[in-house]
Amino acid sequence: MFKEFAKGLSITFKHLLPGHSTTVQYPTVKLKPSERFRGLHRLVPSQDREKCVACYLCPTVCPAKCITVESAENEKGEKYPKVYKIDMLRCIFCGYCVEACPVEAIEMTAEYELANYNREDFEFTKQRLLK
Amino acid sequence: MTPEMLSLSNSPGIFIGIMLVKLIVVFAVVMLSVAYATWCERKVIGHMQTRLGPMRTGWHGLLQPFADGIKLFFKEDFIPAQASKVPYLLAPMMILVPALITVAVIPFGPDITLFGFQIPQQISDLNIGVLYILAFAGLGIYGIVLAGWASNSKYALLGGVRATAQMISYELAAGLTIIAVFMLSETLSLRGIVALQQQDLWGVCSFVPNWYVFTQPLAFCLFVVTGLAEINRTPFDMPEAESELVSGFCTEYSSMKYALFFMAEYANMIVIAAITATLFLGGWSAPLNIAIFTMIPGFVWLLLKVYSLMFFFMWLRATFPRVRYDQLMQLGWKVMLPLALANVVITGLVVVILQ
Repeated sequence: MFKEFAKGLSITFKHLLPGHSTTVQYPTVKLKPSERFRGLHRLVPSQDREKCVACYLCPTVCPAKCITVESAENEKGEKYPKVYKIDMLRCIFCGYCVEACPVEAIEMTAEYELANYNREDFEFTKQRLLK
Repeated sequence: MTPEMLSLSNSPGIFIGIMLVKLIVVFAVVMLSVAYATWCERKVIGHMQTRLGPMRTGWHGLLQPFADGIKLFFKEDFIPAQASKVPYLLAPMMILVPALITVAVIPFGPDITLFGFQIPQQISDLNIGVLYILAFAGLGIYGIVLAGWASNSKYALLGGVRATAQMISYELAAGLTIIAVFMLSETLSLRGIVALQQQDLWGVCSFVPNWYVFTQPLAFCLFVVTGLAEINRTPFDMPEAESELVSGFCTEYSSMKYALFFMAEYANMIVIAAITATLFLGGWSAPLNIAIFTMIPGFVWLLLKVYSLMFFFMWLRATFPRVRYDQLMQLGWKVMLPLALANVVITGLVVVILQ
């Protein structure tokens, strides 16, 4: 019994010695998320416009129904999204939109600090998503 | 000729002045220790669990006790419906006051000569010092029971009831371990006990002092364990037991009343560490009778011993889980009490034989 007590005490004392802490001091030190991390969305641009062809596959597959797309045609007769909005308050970061996209126009970044003060700031428009 | 001992009869003015100074200094030291014990505990336990503990208030969270204090001040002071108001208000005071009062008999240095009088470095040298400590240790429990009863909450009541049962089981064993010390010292005055512990070890080894931990190692171990149980520290924190009783007797308390319970817990820890240091570790005396050590003032040694013991208590808290209630009772009545009794009998036999 006393041997076990001593063993337990020695383990905790070992942890007390410097260099055993596993804490990351978050706001000052930030860990790099993994490559497959699903953070904030990004619309991939091509040369002059976004790659998106407004095929409606992402709002269809989205389980949280957070994507709003309105398609239109430009002067060259190409389809493009006139409106592309993601409601970040509803998004569950499942990544289905990325999987569904036939032209790889949407991807997910490592950005995870999405807190904000106003409800309106969570509506990510095309301009914000293209950044 | 040694000067006269300062007392109320030979110089009332100086006596009262000196007494006030001593009271304020001791109170300030205890309160600061209480404040920083909370910080130390969070730090020590944090690091032992490979965390960092408070880091963001001041350098390494050094201002955390003050931040906590200010926060608790501004919390809503809440009294539950149908709580018994008077006992509810009285309970936090009844738990803190005995804890603080006990410090009065702890000597923290040799007598000093000032204004032509001999002044003891102790608030009051009672000739029944240890009885006084035991009495106030027993009184402290009323606060817990009253808090549990007055809160009108089942968790609080259970915590209070547990505290009584635990107190009775462990107070007995603690008292018996101290008896073994009296048998050797033949005095109940803590000043006398410290003076005796400064002599040579067993009258032969001149540079090691005669600390009672060397003559009474079993009593020392028993007293530390029963002391932990008496002040409701982990692994014996049954009256609080967050995982079972929410927060036990202080479940319904908020604001400064909760802060008083919190302070009492740490004040109790300081007191039990100070008593252990005084009874077994030579109080304010140096660990070796050599010039370099004896030159350091007594209160440094006492604080060093107290803080080491408190570190040990925190270490235990970081390491061991809470004991089950039946284990607690079994340990108290079937292990601690017989061991303490046996220790008294053996000590008595040895004292008689050596006479």
